[in-house]
Amino acid sequence: MTGYLLRRSVGAILVMWAVATLVFFMLRAVPGDPIAAMLFDVGDADAIAALKAKLGLDQPVYVQYVKWFLLVLQGDLGNSIYGSRIEVSRIVMEALPRTLSLASLAFVIAIVIAVPAGLISAIRKHSALDNMVTVFAFLGLAMPDFWLGIMLIIIFAANLHWLPAIGYAPLSQGFWPWFSHLILPAIAVGTPFAAIIARMIRSSMLEVLNSDYINVANAKGLKKLRIILVHAFPNALIPVVTVMGIAIALLMAGAVVVENVFAIKGLGRVLIEGILNRDYPVVQGAILLVSAIFVFANLAVDVLYTVIDPRIRYDS
Amino acid sequence: MTDFVHSTPGGDSAREDLQRPSALRQWMSYMRRDKKALFGLIVLGVLIFSAVFAHWLSPYDPNAMDFSMMLKPSLQHPLGTDDLGRDLLSRLLHGTQISLFVGISTVILGMAAGVTLGVVAGYFGKWVDTIIMRYVDLQWAFPNFIIAVYLVAVFGTGLANVIIAISLAYIDDFARVARGMVLTIKQEQYIAAAHTLGASDNRVMWRHILPNAMAPIIVQATVSVSYAILAEAGLSFLGLGVESDTPTWGLILADSRSFISRAWWLGVFPGLFIMITVLSINFLGDALRDMLDVREVTDAH
Repeated sequence: MTGYLLRRSVGAILVMWAVATLVFFMLRAVPGDPIAAMLFDVGDADAIAALKAKLGLDQPVYVQYVKWFLLVLQGDLGNSIYGSRIEVSRIVMEALPRTLSLASLAFVIAIVIAVPAGLISAIRKHSALDNMVTVFAFLGLAMPDFWLGIMLIIIFAANLHWLPAIGYAPLSQGFWPWFSHLILPAIAVGTPFAAIIARMIRSSMLEVLNSDYINVANAKGLKKLRIILVHAFPNALIPVVTVMGIAIALLMAGAVVVENVFAIKGLGRVLIEGILNRDYPVVQGAILLVSAIFVFANLAVDVLYTVIDPRIRYDS
Repeated sequence: MTDFVHSTPGGDSAREDLQRPSALRQWMSYMRRDKKALFGLIVLGVLIFSAVFAHWLSPYDPNAMDFSMMLKPSLQHPLGTDDLGRDLLSRLLHGTQISLFVGISTVILGMAAGVTLGVVAGYFGKWVDTIIMRYVDLQWAFPNFIIAVYLVAVFGTGLANVIIAISLAYIDDFARVARGMVLTIKQEQYIAAAHTLGASDNRVMWRHILPNAMAPIIVQATVSVSYAILAEAGLSFLGLGVESDTPTWGLILADSRSFISRAWWLGVFPGLFIMITVLSINFLGDALRDMLDVREVTDAH
């Protein structure tokens, strides 16, 4: 297990290095010199040259790369080129807890909805409840998350005035302010995720419920609820965990968009604002951090996999 | 899956062994039984029709502004008007053009590139496979939408860049599917036969292997169209899509945000258009998956 963990961690770090390198060179390889475009407002060519020199952009690309990379290793992502030239690492670290809050709450909501929904529709196959779950799953997958966010704002904020429409409150201000700001975006992000998980649980439960050992448990006269929860469900979870990595990626991608609907200044909002402002140190920093979350979420899912399914031994 | 063969109307299995129903008849009989697929087909037909004829079907010029601002849906303006007095239905109909165009063109481009990489990797194996799949696996670690956002960050916004960004984001999906199929088909005897007859690598890859690998690629392509439409809408919504005066579903939705407390229709209808489009393509994708599996099963026997 330690060997496997070590190998995977090294792999994850290599992926991160590849992403950092790709991002660095791609931002510099595009025609039209994004840096000149970015500095367009600064004024004449001399000013641009001076600023380029100040940012180290007049040096050969590989020198810039090595310098940049060494700084990144020390956690220095450079400075925003706008306003008070605030440090990128500060911007993204302020944004990070917001995105993680949103994604985790969305995850919890999705699981709370999807697990019972998937179980019920597997147990009561082809019932009205099952059909309802199926319809919701199809709609949940087809619905753009940002649109769902807008619909939730129209209903719960603009008309019913139950919840705030936009913004974010940190957990340090108390649970309710945090929760009331996050619940609508979390539903918007979590819905497609819930749809996928519910469908997965349904089909994998159906498969497990048809297997011999469940028939044996039935024949022994065990309680139905015990069979479902203790015998069938844990095994039905295995294929669900396999897609969990993809699903978590989906959750993060959803958060990136939905943050923009609810004006939550998380990583997604930082990334998009950076792109729109052509503030490329910010873009670079945000991409790196978002990527790191994906890579390590995938790693975590793979490790979790071994815990849930003891048959899987990576060391053999 | 196999029950499809037995339930073909008017056919007994003995006759079917001699004469398999044509693809068109299989398709039609399938549609008759699968209501979801039929729904998808009809809705998609209507959408394609309205995209092609948007210019004639739209009651108004999608960009014509006048003083009839923020009107509720009515007989004159079936879906209401926006803050500049533009007719929402006309704008959404023109948006259909962009969405379907982006959805289909990105998937064709992404499929061409991804399938080429996947077939080459699977066919040649060894270091070619290693190099290509290292990259594909790297891309696989990230959601397509995020990759599209990254690429727009690099290329800049605008219709052409959005199409390139989204299609590049799909390369990994197609490469993986194609490679997986090639690895299986490569072992078949008819491939060995083709080699023996002196067929070139190119001929074997594209004339012998690829046609037999198409079924899962087609299913993947269908599903990808709906994701590409969602991705385009998302990018437009974020301001990373097409130019801001083009009526696209995502952009109309983005513009509606300032008015949602006063004009619900501006928020509701663009999303409904997106949802129904994606839903109908997903239904079709599911149907295709079932049908193409049938083909594989019946061929094997």
